Amino acid sequence: MSPSVKVEHLFKSFGNTVALDDITFEVQPGELFGFIGPDGSGKTTLFRILTTLLIPGSGSAEIEGLDVVKDFRKIRDFLGYMPGRFSLYQDLTVEENLKFFAGIFKTTPEANYELVKEIYSQIEPFKNRRAGKLSGGMKQKLALSCALIHKPKVLILDEPTTGVDAVSRREFWEMLARLKKIGITILVSTPYMDEASRCDRVALIQGGKLLSIDAPGKVILGFDQPLWAVKTDNIYNLLTDLRRFEATRTVFLFGQYAHVTMKGKLVSGDPITQYLESKGHKQIEVHKTEPTIEDCFMELMK
Amino acid sequence: MLPVIFVMPVLQLLVLAFAVTFEIRNINLVVVDQDHTMMSRALISKFKAPTFYTIKGYSQTYDLAAEQLKVGKAHQVLVIPEGFEKDLVKDTKSKVQLVTNAIDGSAAAIMNAYGMNIIMDYNQDLVVETMGGEEFSQPFKISYSYWFNPQLNYTTYMVPGILALLVTIIGLFLSSMNVVREKEIGTIEQINVSPIKKYQFVAGKLLPFWFIALFELAFGLTLAHIIFDIPMIGSLWLVFGVASVYLFATLGIGLFISTLVNTQQQAMFLAWFFAVVFIMMSGLFTPVESMPGWAQQLNLINPIAYFIRMLRMILLKGSQFSDISRPFFSVVIYAVIALTLAVWRYRKVS
Repeated sequence: MSPSVKVEHLFKSFGNTVALDDITFEVQPGELFGFIGPDGSGKTTLFRILTTLLIPGSGSAEIEGLDVVKDFRKIRDFLGYMPGRFSLYQDLTVEENLKFFAGIFKTTPEANYELVKEIYSQIEPFKNRRAGKLSGGMKQKLALSCALIHKPKVLILDEPTTGVDAVSRREFWEMLARLKKIGITILVSTPYMDEASRCDRVALIQGGKLLSIDAPGKVILGFDQPLWAVKTDNIYNLLTDLRRFEATRTVFLFGQYAHVTMKGKLVSGDPITQYLESKGHKQIEVHKTEPTIEDCFMELMK
Repeated sequence: MLPVIFVMPVLQLLVLAFAVTFEIRNINLVVVDQDHTMMSRALISKFKAPTFYTIKGYSQTYDLAAEQLKVGKAHQVLVIPEGFEKDLVKDTKSKVQLVTNAIDGSAAAIMNAYGMNIIMDYNQDLVVETMGGEEFSQPFKISYSYWFNPQLNYTTYMVPGILALLVTIIGLFLSSMNVVREKEIGTIEQINVSPIKKYQFVAGKLLPFWFIALFELAFGLTLAHIIFDIPMIGSLWLVFGVASVYLFATLGIGLFISTLVNTQQQAMFLAWFFAVVFIMMSGLFTPVESMPGWAQQLNLINPIAYFIRMLRMILLKGSQFSDISRPFFSVVIYAVIALTLAVWRYRKVS
């Protein structure tokens, strides 16, 4: 089966700033593919090239076998795009927005209603409300409905869950999972590490470079160091002290715990406890923990 | 926003048509009469007659009168020197002095002309009176007749120009704000990834304003007819025909500006720049004929100048299409160029 999205050696720079540096990846039809990376890592630039809004510096990108530069007109017929910023008409109502976006793709909301039904039915009670007056979660649902109304083959979502509450975020990912089942290829970017596990595969992106592409589980399996979670009464000193400790490899703060990897194999956390006691820490808690995507990301970023 | 679009032009038409006038109605005159004779009083009473002169006061010395001029209480000072009557009788000639505040140059010129006229008139009377009989009056008399506006009615001349201005503001400003607004709020992204064609997008941006502006023109013409009784001698169809083509030109410029810039502020800046230059040079406030040659040449690229000229010609003079074909086709060319530029410059890919 030919890939739905195929990107080869893609470069893009703005002046002296390199935004994308030798990006190569493939996305299979019906795959839910995630891009994870901090702000400014190049996610949006990549998506803007894939949605034919930006011309690549060099390299090639194909959607459904069509080149994003040469065949941009054809691609626009079957592409669904949801930009990071809410970009529907705020002074049109929910229903008018849906009709308008169906209209510019020469279709009607009725024709593809089945596809958006599940999402749209949640905001249908507010269909006469102006889009600008909707809450963040509802805006995202409307934006997704509008991006889907012409039945796209490929859906590209740029940080769809940024600024959305936790419940709406979960609902949103459940919707994406259902769309995937219909066979729509989905590319989604997010700065939230915890959302990575919902993707079939994730690409970690940093400074315009792809660090790794793998299934979320495998990314975690690739983390071969034992990981220790450490907590004491003085978090600030804990970090600086641990970093001074010559036996530690990496120290990162995760919530109330510092996640630590050590040089060499440690069987128990005792050496850490002893070291911290010598530095005057109290209520010391050291235990082994399972790595998360974020740990892997930090590890890869080094 | 909708009421503003309609209320603003109405207010502008009502205010501007009355307020923007070159007629000077209240000239404050201070008289320095150092002669105090029958003849000097006769001259002063000549100034009392017209309604637009108000004698603010009499002063004994020129210095005191000049003070009034300085503080802005007087516009003009009339000085009748001592021996005015004596010189007139003895030498059959004498002098008076008329001092005018020329802070506002064009107003000063008009006030001066008024004053000179009155003095000339007095002179005429004097000649007839002292020399006796009509035979000494001038051998021929000049009388004027103003065509197409016999009373030199100011509103008749101004209102078509103001209407042109209103239509232009809608055409130029609303359209120049429009595409760039979509850039600012980000909706253009979603439009750009759709299969919609460039010309379709530009047409969609253009037509609403085209209709609004034409409606506005109809509205303004109705008001002009009812309130100002502006003559509408030519065909109204021709007026709207000219206006609809002219609107394509201004909307084209507006949209072109909008595609060039990145923020509404920049669009505003550019639109104002063009609007001010075009309006000032259009002949609305000052006659084009009084501009230097190069400035008149510059009006070849001024759509507002063409439009005002055509509106005045059709409404006041009843010009036919054949009479206005030259400016008309100039505007057509303008419209084609502006719209082509707008469509060409609007990029769906950055």
